[in-house]
Amino acid sequence: MADLEELYREIILDHYRSPRNRGELESPPAHRVEGFNPLCGDEVVVSMVVENGRLSDLKIAGSGCSISQSSASLMSGAVKGKPVGEVRKLISTFKGMMSIHEASLEGDGHGGESNGAEVLAGEPEEIDLEKLGELAALQGVVKFPVRIKCATLSWNALAQGLDEVAASAS
Amino acid sequence: MSTPAHGLDAVPMSAPLNTEALRKDFPLLARKVNGRPIVYLDAAASALQPRSVIDAMTHYYETTHSNVHRGVYATAEEATAEYERARIVAGRFLGAPDPAREVVFTKNTTESLNLVAQSWGRANLRAGDSVLLTEMEHHSNIVPWMLLSEELGGLDIRYIPVDGSGRLDLSDLESLVAGVKVVAVSAMSNVLGTINPVASIAEAAHREGAVVVADGAQLVPHVPTDVVALGADFLAFSAHKTMGPTGLGVLWGRAELLDAMPPFLGGGGMILDVKLDGFKAAPPPARFEAGTPPIAEAVGLTAALRYLNDIGMDRIRAHEMSLTNHALARLDEKLGSDVQVFGPPAGQDRGGVLSFAYRDVHAHDLAQVLDQFGVCVRPGHHCAKPLMRKLGVQATARASLSLFSDEHDIEVLIEGLAEAGRLFG
Repeated sequence: MADLEELYREIILDHYRSPRNRGELESPPAHRVEGFNPLCGDEVVVSMVVENGRLSDLKIAGSGCSISQSSASLMSGAVKGKPVGEVRKLISTFKGMMSIHEASLEGDGHGGESNGAEVLAGEPEEIDLEKLGELAALQGVVKFPVRIKCATLSWNALAQGLDEVAASAS
Repeated sequence: MSTPAHGLDAVPMSAPLNTEALRKDFPLLARKVNGRPIVYLDAAASALQPRSVIDAMTHYYETTHSNVHRGVYATAEEATAEYERARIVAGRFLGAPDPAREVVFTKNTTESLNLVAQSWGRANLRAGDSVLLTEMEHHSNIVPWMLLSEELGGLDIRYIPVDGSGRLDLSDLESLVAGVKVVAVSAMSNVLGTINPVASIAEAAHREGAVVVADGAQLVPHVPTDVVALGADFLAFSAHKTMGPTGLGVLWGRAELLDAMPPFLGGGGMILDVKLDGFKAAPPPARFEAGTPPIAEAVGLTAALRYLNDIGMDRIRAHEMSLTNHALARLDEKLGSDVQVFGPPAGQDRGGVLSFAYRDVHAHDLAQVLDQFGVCVRPGHHCAKPLMRKLGVQATARASLSLFSDEHDIEVLIEGLAEAGRLFG
């Protein structure tokens, strides 16, 4: 069960049982994005406030498996209060941690989510796990390709939200 | 087919299945997963194939393959004969009165149901007409009617509710069915295992002059099925859930209905004549089979249905019913209130599909842990989101039985669940 213990690390189970930044912000003024995983029915709702180039507040609602919910909780802690540029970098780093493995798995017939640019770029960017901090606990997910979509659900919703906020401001 | 109706009759008193011997017929069962023998409990998603099906398809490709209904050379004649034989075998398996005219090959159950909605539906329904479905339908028996509704400018889509026991609540059937043009119902739920009383629903529907469409994807592979006794006008099922290959579905329809329906897809094989200003459609079933059909898959289906017939659908049903009862009892005995199985209690109106919740562990996590034990179950909403909402769950884990499933499989499932309980505390 070594792989399983690696997937379900204590920190993941902790965030699953006691999710951080749980709930919804009043929208408007907050911007609200829903993410669905049509395969398993996982749902995540990310509500966010961007002020002066900073992700000043963020809450997570929805329900799903331990991986989708712990990833959302870990994400909320990592990005709340950070400048938007830094948040985007973290999204890219996190998705890189997932997509590098996706790319290497493609030849094995495992399929998996293609993240377009990162995968197509060929040489994957070196991922600094240090920078990811607690989020690195999720790297066990890559051994279970079907679950990558669970782990990236909230991150995709956050990225979409930042894009929408930026578009409405311009 | 001498076996009666829809499994609601008395359990046939015939010899029990020797699952140990039967397992040897399935090459995939020799495989290990995570170092453990595979425990395949996902027949409701797709069944495994016996060696005879794989061999029949290989033999066809090695000795016979040609396109059908075109060439006059020997292998083309043989391929056509094999393809048409599969139609007769499939029709007889369902007790169809006129297999050569009434069996249409499609891609899968989903395409069969879409064919009915698009071809029969577009020709016979108008904006405002009523369609009666049930709350336990698979998306493939809901969305085609919604698509048609959008196209026609709005259908009145009603639903027979599901009661607390996981059965259809038929107490208001008379008012629900009043004035409807079509009733589309799952013959056996892919989530709850409920075997629905299609015959009595069809009787009420026919009094209204409605057409009855039965989704037989789960029923046909596991329960002796006779379309006449079932009372439906259309019945759909998939080869791959019936121990045959993927890529082939069956639509049985009453001959007079098929005769009056316009084509579904256009192309080769479905016409009598084409001129620059129009075409003349072929009679059914060719009318609904545009393009080169899945010929090798039809050969595989013949082998699969023969395999099931040789064992006997009544014996398969008796085995799976007995194992379902055993599984329900063992889950309760070992895990008690930690496990909640959805659907009716053990009995005549329940098939071997066991959807369950275990404590508050998400179905996806359960399935992940079970995989470590070699156990294949399906987590998710099972393409039945309206039913999931009704049950008040986002997802369930689903174990579904095959003719080779045995009591040991259930013990490994329970062992895996206990580990999930330990891991998630």
